[in-house]
Amino acid sequence: MRLRRRVLPGLPLALGITLVYVAIIVVLPLAALVFKAASLGPEDYWRIISSDRAVASYRVTVTCALAATAFNLVFGLSLAWVLVRYRFPGRRLVDALVDLPFALPTAVAGIALTTLFATNGWFGGPLSLIGIKVAYTPLGIMVAMSFTSIPFIVRTVQPVLEELDPALEEAGQTLGASDLSIFVTVILPLLTPALLAGVSLSFARSLGEFGAIIFIAGNQPFSTEITALLAFIRLEEYDYPASAAIASVMLLTAFVMLAITNFMQARALRYTVRG
Amino acid sequence: MAHHGKGKPPRVGDHPLFRRALLTFVLVLVGLMIVAPLVVIGVEAFSKGVAYFGASIADPDTRHAIMLTVITALIAVPVNTAFGVAAAWAITKHDFPGKRLLTVIIEIPFSVSPIVAGVAYLFVFGLQGLFGHALQAMEIKILFALPGIVLASMFVTAPFVARELIPLMQAQGRDLEEAATSLGASGWRTFFSVTLPNIKWALLYGVVLCNSRVMGEFGAVSVVSGNIRGQTNTLPLHIELLYHDYNAAGSFAAASILAGLAIVTLVVKVALERQGAGRIQRPSALAGADTVTPEVKP
Amino acid sequence: MKIRLDNVVKEFETFRAVHGVSLDIDSGELVALLGPSGSGKTTILRMVAGLEYADAGAIYFGDENATDIPVRERGVGFVFQHYALFPHMTVGENIAFGMKVSKIKRSPQAIAARVKELLDLVQLSGLKDRFPGQISGGQRQRVALARALAVDPRVLLLDEPFGALDANVRRDLRRWLRKIHDELGITTLFVTHDQEEALDLADRVVILNKGKIVQEGTPETVCRSPADAFVMNFLGDANRLEAEIRGGKAHVDGIAFEADGIADGSGQILFRPADVTWREDGQGIAASIVRVIDRPDSRRVLAMTRSGQAVEFDTAPEFPHRRGDAGFLDIRRPRVYAAA
Repeated sequence: MRLRRRVLPGLPLALGITLVYVAIIVVLPLAALVFKAASLGPEDYWRIISSDRAVASYRVTVTCALAATAFNLVFGLSLAWVLVRYRFPGRRLVDALVDLPFALPTAVAGIALTTLFATNGWFGGPLSLIGIKVAYTPLGIMVAMSFTSIPFIVRTVQPVLEELDPALEEAGQTLGASDLSIFVTVILPLLTPALLAGVSLSFARSLGEFGAIIFIAGNQPFSTEITALLAFIRLEEYDYPASAAIASVMLLTAFVMLAITNFMQARALRYTVRG
Repeated sequence: MAHHGKGKPPRVGDHPLFRRALLTFVLVLVGLMIVAPLVVIGVEAFSKGVAYFGASIADPDTRHAIMLTVITALIAVPVNTAFGVAAAWAITKHDFPGKRLLTVIIEIPFSVSPIVAGVAYLFVFGLQGLFGHALQAMEIKILFALPGIVLASMFVTAPFVARELIPLMQAQGRDLEEAATSLGASGWRTFFSVTLPNIKWALLYGVVLCNSRVMGEFGAVSVVSGNIRGQTNTLPLHIELLYHDYNAAGSFAAASILAGLAIVTLVVKVALERQGAGRIQRPSALAGADTVTPEVKP
Repeated sequence: MKIRLDNVVKEFETFRAVHGVSLDIDSGELVALLGPSGSGKTTILRMVAGLEYADAGAIYFGDENATDIPVRERGVGFVFQHYALFPHMTVGENIAFGMKVSKIKRSPQAIAARVKELLDLVQLSGLKDRFPGQISGGQRQRVALARALAVDPRVLLLDEPFGALDANVRRDLRRWLRKIHDELGITTLFVTHDQEEALDLADRVVILNKGKIVQEGTPETVCRSPADAFVMNFLGDANRLEAEIRGGKAHVDGIAFEADGIADGSGQILFRPADVTWREDGQGIAASIVRVIDRPDSRRVLAMTRSGQAVEFDTAPEFPHRRGDAGFLDIRRPRVYAAA
């Protein structure tokens, strides 16, 4: 393919910098990881990634990520709705605070959540009285995952809700529909692509989260050990092949989630095709 | 009449009871999930008094961790910014084969777990890795030293500047740059006097978010740093170390620095969003606008 | 269904306000609310629909006071300016929506039959399974009309129904809407800023300015006897000359025009470009030609009176005069008003 004759200068330099940076910083390490995992041979590879402890870690990670995402779906949609549709004192502050989980380093979030939910903590104390233990249980993992991925659903739904044409709701009203049926049949379907995009981002982030979780999780193999931690532990045990294999599973999952997320975001555009 | 003077009929979800219930639900959860963690950091940091807090911050290991974090940011953020600008310039102002693929690859670090990133770097520069032995022979230390920390930080933040600039520069098109070039301006001149003024807020926005992430990165750095107290511990790693040493107050004192940074980041972010930077410029937001209001109103 | 607005008031901070509008619309009548943007016409339409509450006054549907009936129980069909079709529903689903959410339960077969009937009415039978994004603007407009008609509304309300369409599509749809209205006989109120549209389509035109009705009447009435200079200007091209009114006469450059019942003082004379004849000599206001513009079927002449006021008029393509020629403007049907 021949390049179009260029008008603007700077492509060789800009593209050169970009390609070198991407090659060294992004592609090289990921390729090295895949190379290391591939050098294991299929039998060893399969043995490592299908070991009981690894499978248990997948189960813990995926289950908790699903639960955290489900919680954030409800919380995120409600939060976006409140921020867009209601006017109340402190709305701008709440709007800004939504991004705190992105701005707060995960380790800081981790120790803060652990302190809150430990049995002597502000929330953990009262909860333990009614027999609910959060810190050092799967519930704690869910809390940490929810915290770190709160902004995703809010920030994907918020702009769509803001731009939702009021005339669509008014059309529903003139046609005699109740609030509930307008919400269910008109508003929710129009938010669905954005919700799904937010959900896939939130879920992907929860699968990969490490810093916020390890403090609160308890990290007991088979019950509260997430996959990311298992990869880390194998490393500390100098079991590099195992670490590479487990990390490669996470990498593959990340790629699958990236594809799903891109697909979901493209679908968010589906109603824009105009005749 | 009941409705007189009240303007519009209620919109969906405006029923007072529903409104109050939903608002309460959301504000309580925001309090529990977002505000409480922030408050507990402050409370715990000062749980042994101001003097202890001061002593914790002044501790040589903590000071060293702060220094290391700042040095890492001073290297990683400018390099990353240069990369982000170069990538955005190449992708939005030019056409070349593989552009779409390049855009996707730049976004990858955003989807990859920091732990995977750390492990991946180990297999490049570690003794088990591609260049480990060669590096050892040349006595170049990358892992468990500053270069490894910087590299891992650059990986996790690679997309931050580019992803702010690309949608904005795409939307702005090439007309201004083409006009400047046709008037005889050089490439650098065009960039500094035409492009940069139009992207400065978005650029700053990307830089601020990038810096926040670099200073707070934990997972990737914890793999490649080696956690050597007073040598390769960044501030987040130092927080973990103190926490596991059962020095909660010291740990939270160190954490409060990063929490303060997070708050500053949020404030700057809001200020920059008022200037038009940030999420409203992103394609997802713009796509959202198109989704429901296809007709352009005059 | 008769509609009556009784001194309806709606205050907004700046714009779109309605300052005491009273209006009677007969059953089966097709009425246009015509006015410039910000004249309050859309606000009136939305108050009739119940999408906006009046601050004072009352709206009657027949003998029933409808002022406080919520929009969803008011039984109006509303066609929105940009149609507001549900983008995630097919054309058929859009039309069926009102019947599906209705308190009156209809069987799926009954709904399907009604959808088919409406699609035939709006001549879109083949497009039932398309999405709004896949059809043209004119087709969307007709879907919006079918959707509004599906719930058997007592009143049909249309907000700038042709505003978003190309000129030629607009004219076809206009005639077609008139035909549908004559078939169904439903009381219809529509809003437009386009005087041609209002005159072409409506039985009666209500002209609004700054939140007040300035004139209402048949297209003939408003065209032939515009109530004031605003109406005269708004309905079409008009020339305006400053005049001085003395003893029932308006004087311009030494020529006097009838001005019965207008108080002495400064005034204005308005007239259409078609109502001017150029004379080389004789009666009329002395003027000279500034420019001649050719048009497919006529010539537009720009002239300047001796006192420096500009006048434009239309002539036959054979008009022989050129720039600089002097002559006289013979004005037919002048309208004299007191100065604004």
